[in-house]
Amino acid sequence: MARTLTFKIFRYNPFDENSVPKMQEYKLDETPRLNLYSALYRIKDELDPTLMFDFVCRAGICGSCGMTINGRPTLACRTLTKDLPDVIELHPLPFFKMLGDLSVDTGIWFREMAQSVESWIHTEKEFDPTAEEERMDNKIANDIYENERCIECGCCLAGCATAQVYTDFLGATGLNRIGRFMIDPRDKRTQEEWFELVSTDEGVFGCIGMMGCDDVCPKDLPLLEVFAYVRRKMMVSLTAK
Amino acid sequence: MGQVFTTDVLIIGAGLAGERVAVESAKNGLDVTLLSLVPPRRSHSSAAQGGMQASLGNSNKGAGDNPTVHWLDTVKGSDWGADQEVARIFADNAPIAMREMAHYGVPWNRVVGGPTDYFIKGKKVTLEEPKENEGLITARDFGGTAKWRTCYTADGTGHTVLYAMDNLVSQYGITVHDRMEAISLIHENNRCYGAIVRSLKEGSLNIYYAKSTVIATGGYGRIYGASTNAVINEGTGVSIALDTGEIPLGNMEAVQFHPTGIVPTDILVTEGCRGDGGLLLDVDEYRFMPDYEPEKQELASRDVVSRRMKEHMLKGKGVKSPYGDHLWLDLRHLGEKHLKTKLREVYDICMYFIGVNPITELVPVRPTQHYSMGGIRVNKDGHSYNMEGLFSAGEAACWDMHGFNRLGGNSLAETIVAGMVVGEAVSEFTKGTELKISSSLGEKFRKIQEDKITQFYNNEGKDTVIQIRNEMAEILSNYVGIFRTGDGLKKAVDDLKTLYKRAINVKVVTKTAGRNPELTEAIKLPGMVKLALTIAKGALDRTESRGAHTREDYPARDDENWLNRTLARWPEGADEPTLTYEPVGLLDLPPGDRGYGGGQMVKMDKSLDEYNKIVDKLQKESGKLDTLEKIGEKLPKELWKES
Repeated sequence: MARTLTFKIFRYNPFDENSVPKMQEYKLDETPRLNLYSALYRIKDELDPTLMFDFVCRAGICGSCGMTINGRPTLACRTLTKDLPDVIELHPLPFFKMLGDLSVDTGIWFREMAQSVESWIHTEKEFDPTAEEERMDNKIANDIYENERCIECGCCLAGCATAQVYTDFLGATGLNRIGRFMIDPRDKRTQEEWFELVSTDEGVFGCIGMMGCDDVCPKDLPLLEVFAYVRRKMMVSLTAK
Repeated sequence: MGQVFTTDVLIIGAGLAGERVAVESAKNGLDVTLLSLVPPRRSHSSAAQGGMQASLGNSNKGAGDNPTVHWLDTVKGSDWGADQEVARIFADNAPIAMREMAHYGVPWNRVVGGPTDYFIKGKKVTLEEPKENEGLITARDFGGTAKWRTCYTADGTGHTVLYAMDNLVSQYGITVHDRMEAISLIHENNRCYGAIVRSLKEGSLNIYYAKSTVIATGGYGRIYGASTNAVINEGTGVSIALDTGEIPLGNMEAVQFHPTGIVPTDILVTEGCRGDGGLLLDVDEYRFMPDYEPEKQELASRDVVSRRMKEHMLKGKGVKSPYGDHLWLDLRHLGEKHLKTKLREVYDICMYFIGVNPITELVPVRPTQHYSMGGIRVNKDGHSYNMEGLFSAGEAACWDMHGFNRLGGNSLAETIVAGMVVGEAVSEFTKGTELKISSSLGEKFRKIQEDKITQFYNNEGKDTVIQIRNEMAEILSNYVGIFRTGDGLKKAVDDLKTLYKRAINVKVVTKTAGRNPELTEAIKLPGMVKLALTIAKGALDRTESRGAHTREDYPARDDENWLNRTLARWPEGADEPTLTYEPVGLLDLPPGDRGYGGGQMVKMDKSLDEYNKIVDKLQKESGKLDTLEKIGEKLPKELWKES
């Protein structure tokens, strides 16, 4: 027998002065292979055109649809209702600025993060359009890609104990970004520069090791290894001083 | 209300093409503002998996490649619908663009010298990768190409290139306004001055004045409903160009169906699956493609493979499912290691979205709407026809290197090559112009949009947005799909005309502060139906088959009558577009057989010289603006004879 699902969805419109935060209920018949992307569009199209949420690729690639599903931050598009109980509670991701219902402003936060970790290759070299590309070991390319797979969904920050109390914390995504550039031989930042960037409370010392990030990362990024790598690099530069 | 912003270069759309134009403009010292529906890294460019074509020729199967071979593949792939000079500009610059992105941090997969195992045409082979090229950018096989030329980072190529590009945007400190939707251009006397932009955060209507405006909003697959495109690919950027009544859209009937959308959900799995050796099987688990295409097999161009798949399903060889017929993609023989590294996104998609493990099971696939070859018609500098100061690049544009079919790996590469080339032209134009405009012009255009919004609240129509969208999608998939007929297209045009009237009469029921999702969708709905109608009308009037445009009642490619590009304008107040035609561009490679796909041909009587002699004149009469260099400067004569 097909189930009737009960969705309890957090509702609040910060641009409407009469809006008060509340949970609203919707009922939906479950269909085979239903995921939360299809379910939320059905609720919007059939039951309530005012419901706000964010999807873009609907294929687990773009990172738009991070939300809290029965208490756990994850990607809605990749979540099948068959793996959930009859009652499904949806909240927006904590930590980010609320834009309306399940929609939060990740754009501003991630752009500031990119600025603060200077998320680009630091090099004196100019690009020479007539020259052959600089060679790179394929293994290093693969290692960089492993970290580069972060999709900025924000789930790691939502699952992070430190980030909830200390909003300047770079979080797993920020530290992972730093790690990505540290292993990239094209980036010529020095040990001192890395040390300045990372050895702060916003950086790697802010982490208290609960590893909620690692539990929830939908891309299975090797965050434990990344943290260990970044810490080790910092220890090396400390002992070298 | 809203705010007023002024900038040198306003770029609408922050995917790869838009961001590359932004970077080029910033390098030239210009003040740039990037607008995006979403945080830029979420743009649909990020979803491109397989790779970017560039003739670096570093791998074993890439040996002997060069821009001319790439150009030949591209022109043949287009079924001679491409502008051959633009295809040349693209092929010449693609290797530079790949190397540039390597410089800026893309972790391209690299050549590993020594014996390496591959699957080619269903057989396992061991090739010796050249030791002397160890560490250079490698490439995989894609459809319709003579060489292995598709540069990649596993199957996250769009993601890594977009992230590297967005890093540059940060590095240059370019202004980014995300969650912004441009809903009208500001223009007067065939000169564009910026756009009216609605905030998708608080719902305000803002005026952006700019010396140059660039539309890089990607495709509009969502009008088909079932599409591999992201939900944001609704074509608003293209339709606001059409709304001016001045700018023509080129070749809107040229719509690409990708062979491997998964069933259900329509999510794409990359052409790299077949490039790396994946096979297509039918209901009997029989490999049918070699019967249709003995030479290219699974790796003919996308239009041909999609057509063959559909043809095979029509013979009753599809697999029945509750979601309609499909075929199988077999990746099992590639093995766990390959699927969990080089095709990792594909593995994840199959596992998470349809519960199929591609290591042990067959993947259900069928041809699905994927790409729009058509778009805003621009000259080779990316400058739009008839509208000074408006540029376009990437999928939104009809630049036109793809003609009636684009090759896999050529669009992602186009974004950064066009971004570079058009970015230079934008910079040159912007530096040589001033913003001379009265402030009332922006207010006038904002007022028009305010009135439209009020009208949506006051409308009496009984339809909801979703009803209209569903009907539009049904019409397009029934009559404007892979196989088309005159009768079906006539019905599509008539039905869409009725639907357009209903679309402008939709009533928005709820009036809420902020973005109001119901209003957001209503605002762009009429524009979407207009695009649908432009596609259907173009397809109805084009009485031949070329590339992805297949007419069952006109099966031959007709070079005598139809070696041209459709231009669609929408005059103010009209209920359908007006179509005119222009030559495709200078011909260097004479029209001929593609070497795959079969089909008949009607030969052109004219000589190439006769055709070429009037190209520039006829294109200018069609609205083409002057280019920085004169026509043909970038198209060296008959280089292809040496390759």
